[in-house]
Amino acid sequence: MKCWDPRIEEMPREDLRKLQYRLLKTLVYRLYSFSPFYHERMRAGGVHPDDIRTLGDIRKLPFMVKRDLRDNYPDKLFVSGPDDLVRYHVSSGTTGKPTVVGYTQHDLNNWTTSLARGLVSCGLGRGDVLQVSYGYGLFTGGLGLHYGAERIGATVLPTSVGNTERQIELMQDLHTTAIACTPSYLLHMGEVAEKMGVSIRDDTGLRMGILGAEPWSDTMKKRIEEWLGIRAYDIYGTSELSGPMFCECTEQNGFHVWGDLAYIEILDPETGDPLGPGEKGELVVTMLQKEALPMIRYRIGDITSYDDGVCSCGRTHPRVQRISGRVDDMLIIRGINVFPSQIEYALMGIPQVGQHFQIIVDRKGALDDMLVQVEVSRESFSDKITDLMAIRKGVEHKLRNTLNVAVNVELVEPGSLPRFEGKAKRVIDRRKL
Amino acid sequence: MSQTGRYLIQQISVFSENRPGRLAAIAKALQEEEINILAFFIAEADGFGVVRALVDKPGKAHEKLTGLGFNVAFTQVIAVRMRDVPGGLYEIAKILGDGKVNIEYSYAYSGKEGAVLILRVDNTEQAIRLISTQGATLLESAVFQ
Repeated sequence: MKCWDPRIEEMPREDLRKLQYRLLKTLVYRLYSFSPFYHERMRAGGVHPDDIRTLGDIRKLPFMVKRDLRDNYPDKLFVSGPDDLVRYHVSSGTTGKPTVVGYTQHDLNNWTTSLARGLVSCGLGRGDVLQVSYGYGLFTGGLGLHYGAERIGATVLPTSVGNTERQIELMQDLHTTAIACTPSYLLHMGEVAEKMGVSIRDDTGLRMGILGAEPWSDTMKKRIEEWLGIRAYDIYGTSELSGPMFCECTEQNGFHVWGDLAYIEILDPETGDPLGPGEKGELVVTMLQKEALPMIRYRIGDITSYDDGVCSCGRTHPRVQRISGRVDDMLIIRGINVFPSQIEYALMGIPQVGQHFQIIVDRKGALDDMLVQVEVSRESFSDKITDLMAIRKGVEHKLRNTLNVAVNVELVEPGSLPRFEGKAKRVIDRRKL
Repeated sequence: MSQTGRYLIQQISVFSENRPGRLAAIAKALQEEEINILAFFIAEADGFGVVRALVDKPGKAHEKLTGLGFNVAFTQVIAVRMRDVPGGLYEIAKILGDGKVNIEYSYAYSGKEGAVLILRVDNTEQAIRLISTQGATLLESAVFQ
């Protein structure tokens, strides 16, 4: 199959823009009428739905940021009534409060459709076995890929994360042809396989990886493709957009953003001015059809560029390059978003250590390793090693619960961590991607 | 001061990261204040350590090290004279063991007072009572400080 939905995917550009305008207009009227949040935002920004007369008028609308989700925890931004919700997903927020995303049946259908199109575009289909090694549960990765692949008739092997040896055995026994996971986990898998005496290239039927949820480079992509003998496709999304949404086609030149579902802008992060094709800037996404938790001009914080030309695969929808960085200090550790502010917030509740900290991120083998250094407070220092060990364990436990990712903690002497007067630079990232 | 009080010795404990130069920094500070180190040892854990020292001027040492930013705590220990012959340690350890006193940690040195065992125990009062009633000799804090 070439296209899951040719009518949409190969829609002439002019028709696509008309469709986007219609959807935007409907969305803005709906939110102005039914969302107190957007109503207030639009009034404060001096814009009325009647002011949206062209697709370009989207620039008149106010931005939305992650903080808005936190400030309206858990569901104050939902526009659909509770009876219309069919699912929740929860991801980490910038502080102690997570981000809750609600879905109507329509939202789930669009999510699944988006992935069905994307998976077909990179050559997945009936007869393929997709091993979904993204986490299942509150994280969107597992369930998103799961339903997308089932929709197109591929066979899903829902291994979720962890237990790597077993994953490799199943990959061999059930003839996995495609895997969805983070690129670093796939490299880790390759290493574990070699230790087991298994070559992914020669001893398995794996032919493609659908990789994302963390930043990765061309170098990493090349290494994965050459070492494992597969094609590596980028997949992109965040829970606010529903989850993983957009996937590279076989051309491997950026992921197609389906224009009937999302409208993208790339802006200069400083000035907010729009940037043209090929120029690197901040990705801003408007979800044109989301019902439960609408997103207008959402600043995810990712840096990338886009290509507006019609793809040689025949699809008319714009392509976005692999994410190359962040506008803020968000880290992605083993596919999980980590904000230094979350650590700050968690440490505030632990009097035994001070409020100063430093994060050192490195790759141990193929996997991310995060070390958090904290200062032992004078009041809590005793001669007992066991007390100190207990403090360390306590901080590790608290951070793990807050961040949903394993953290090593190192106790350091008070006053030894750097102090900042302006913007704190608390992260030392030694990963070479 | 209680009967046992004169045997309680102030040991200083200093939190230290496990990296080169930390012990030198502590030792230099003590030298600057002309504080003599009578005995010390380093307890090592994962990534950090605690330097424990018996010094002649613990108050001054505490003040100096704290002023330099170190985490310093006082801990009460006792010192017992051992016979400097085979079995010397056994005699002391047996007294405490039989009396159900647990030794949390201990270090020893051999100086002008002979062989000396420094002990941190879970029940100091009980340890002092047992040792002094069973023929061993406790050293008073005045000997050191």
